[in-house]
Amino acid sequence: MVNRQPVGAHYGLKDWIAQRATAVYMALFTVLFAVCVVALPDFSYASWSGLFKSGVFRFLSFLFFLSLFYHAWIGVRDIWMDYVKPTGVRLALHLVTLFLLVGYAGWAAQILWRL
Amino acid sequence: MTKRTVQFKIYRYDPDKDEKPYMQDISVELEASDKKLLDALVRLRAKDDSMSFRRSCREGVCGSDAMNINGKNGLACLTDIDSLQQPITLRPLPGLPVIRDLIVDMTQFFKQYHSIKPYLVNNDPPPERERLQTPEDREELNGLYECILCACCSTSCPSFWWNPDKFVGPAGLLAAYRFLADTRDQDTNARLDNLEDPYRLFRCHSIMNCVDVCPKGLNPTRAIGKIKDMMVRRAI
Repeated sequence: MVNRQPVGAHYGLKDWIAQRATAVYMALFTVLFAVCVVALPDFSYASWSGLFKSGVFRFLSFLFFLSLFYHAWIGVRDIWMDYVKPTGVRLALHLVTLFLLVGYAGWAAQILWRL
Repeated sequence: MTKRTVQFKIYRYDPDKDEKPYMQDISVELEASDKKLLDALVRLRAKDDSMSFRRSCREGVCGSDAMNINGKNGLACLTDIDSLQQPITLRPLPGLPVIRDLIVDMTQFFKQYHSIKPYLVNNDPPPERERLQTPEDREELNGLYECILCACCSTSCPSFWWNPDKFVGPAGLLAAYRFLADTRDQDTNARLDNLEDPYRLFRCHSIMNCVDVCPKGLNPTRAIGKIKDMMVRRAI
């Protein structure tokens, strides 16, 4: 292959903003979650699952997991971009990461709506 | 101060003679007038003329004598000998190919610098005297134009070590912002397009090694933040 380095992918800004936005949301949700857990009447399974019966809380929790996975996607992708040089291997790792995270998101939904 | 002896541990590599690089222990006697590391290096070379390093202005303006001094990048001509712990360990700038001893091949560094078009782009016919700026607009260029391209910052940046061919690096990005911030420049959009890339700009994770080592006290991380700000303002 010719030894030329193509650059100028014209993306990155959205990911950069998303990484920050998801971090802020996760920080806020962690505080909310801690407050809700402390405010539980007792530490039984019934009150724990009762917390997730509320649609709003379930939604906010799911949003937390989506934020976590999107945040993780950008972070892990950055690691592959930094340290893995062969394009084929990097692409494969990107795809594995992406599939795993999408799978995790589905799994998180299943768990949340089962509680 | 009278004469004193200083101990050195210096990275030596001559590709014509040495199979691989090695560290040489050497000491040198300094005169009372020798204040800076560069003074000691000049004395060292008088003792062993095979020792190679770059130097020119000897006052922190040309940026030739950047090297890794006791593990931290800096200019030999601006570093006080007495501030350094002995033996003073000198290595070439990290991450760039070594040509010989303390001399590195800066091609990749300058390639990145050139890639951001480090010159004013203005298609209006030049006025009779000069293109004017308000004092406030001129103020924005302070802390940007002073860069001497010594490469201390870029070669202390892990993102530049891993991707010197793709990441512009702190020096290049500082220069990029110098022209983005210039009210006389008309190429702002193209400049931002050129940098909107996960490698070229967004490899910077603001670890601020560049700020830590800059011998001119500049802040590339802040400039990179301002480039990102401009991109956000353009997109949102």
